[in-house]
Amino acid sequence: MEPVVSFREAVCLLGRFPALAGVDLDVGAGEIVLLQGPNGAGKTTVLRACAGLVPVVEGSASVLGVDLRTDPKAVRHRVGLLGHHSGLYDDLTVADNVSFWTRAGRAGASDARAAMARLGLDGRLADVPVARLSAGQRRRTSLAVMVARRPELWLLDEPHAALDQDGRDVVDGLMVEAVASGATVVFVSHEPDRAAAVAHRTVTIAGGMTAAQDPRSGAPVASAPDGDGPDPDLPDPDVSDPDVSDPVGEVVA
Amino acid sequence: MTLARDAVLVLEKDMRLELRSRVIVSQVMPFGLLVLILFAFALDPDRRILGEATPGLFWLAVLFSTLLALQRSFAVEAADGVTDGLRLSGLDPAGIFLGKAAGIAVHLLALEVVLIVGATLFYGTAPEGPLLLIATCLAATAGLAAVGSIYGILSAGMRVRDTLLPLLVLPVVSPVLISATQAFGAAYEQSSGTGWRWFGLLAVFAVLYLVIGIFAFETLLEES
Repeated sequence: MEPVVSFREAVCLLGRFPALAGVDLDVGAGEIVLLQGPNGAGKTTVLRACAGLVPVVEGSASVLGVDLRTDPKAVRHRVGLLGHHSGLYDDLTVADNVSFWTRAGRAGASDARAAMARLGLDGRLADVPVARLSAGQRRRTSLAVMVARRPELWLLDEPHAALDQDGRDVVDGLMVEAVASGATVVFVSHEPDRAAAVAHRTVTIAGGMTAAQDPRSGAPVASAPDGDGPDPDLPDPDVSDPDVSDPVGEVVA
Repeated sequence: MTLARDAVLVLEKDMRLELRSRVIVSQVMPFGLLVLILFAFALDPDRRILGEATPGLFWLAVLFSTLLALQRSFAVEAADGVTDGLRLSGLDPAGIFLGKAAGIAVHLLALEVVLIVGATLFYGTAPEGPLLLIATCLAATAGLAAVGSIYGILSAGMRVRDTLLPLLVLPVVSPVLISATQAFGAAYEQSSGTGWRWFGLLAVFAVLYLVIGIFAFETLLEES
């Protein structure tokens, strides 16, 4: 079966900066794959490249059978990307936002209602403007958009961030449910214990490259060579300057 | 059908945004009226000049207010990663353009109604040719909304968008200011023959920029 994600020596530039300097990554259908690595390693860029938002300039890359080198836009409506930003309109209510993005994705009103109920947004919160929500409630709203749109590939960048314990449990449950319904999940997390419990497999990104891994444990056995990729000690190029490159993903399914 | 559906969806969203925030009603319209009043203060010693200058002053007030409306309309698309949401949404970029332009046009038409009433009250002038007046408002508004949507999305992702947008838009819309002022002048003086020729120029301008926007918006959205 063709992998859902297949990267070979994939290189991505943010401006002239090599955010990815040769990533090899295969993700099969129905897998939950955790991307881990230090800040600035290129994890967010991998997710954005999978979504067709960052061009792959060298190597090969395909997602859901779409060649990202030739037609990255073709995959966009089939993936869902939950990034650091909410991707929501502040002045619209929770229900307005979920409804708009759900309809934009050709899903129905019943999908929006069900997703809001699943994320605990169907009560009083539904009519609250997003600007008045807490960070965790905004995260839930972004997740509701993704759930309603039922993407084939879920790309989640630190999905547990800002959520309380219940919310984190809901996120874990959503990933399992997504896979059970035929989707595939790739996510980034800095909470190794929680993430490892839900992930089928872990891939380590370091210096813009995939680190070699022990085939049995999945643990990295060597660091990426210095000099070729970004310095992990530098500010994270994925998030440091959203106005220049704005590489941080959003919710969008 | 997809194009029309997406345009209506974006238009509905922008109308709902205004319904929730009331930025156009509470900030842009008062600003336009304030500009009209300030012009009246500046020219008040000579009511004759004020009467003759009404069309130009009216469209200057519309232009200044348009800049505020554009900044508002595209600031919400640039905030908190919404632009990426639009890129990934599956919406037809041409539909997004038409929806945004239609939303801006609706806001501007409402503004123009308020400003025409304001000009009548403050300047003591009233139009004689309502048909030409309405046609001019529609064509000029379509042109302003189309140009504004093109440059609005172009500047949306930039740090300097608030100061850059007027610099980009004002030179391009100068034909609208000239033509609309001339057509309005004819409508106020009941010499509609020349006015309709200026209206024709406005209509060509609007169609030209609507076509450019339909074809260029996808690229502009990618670059924003």
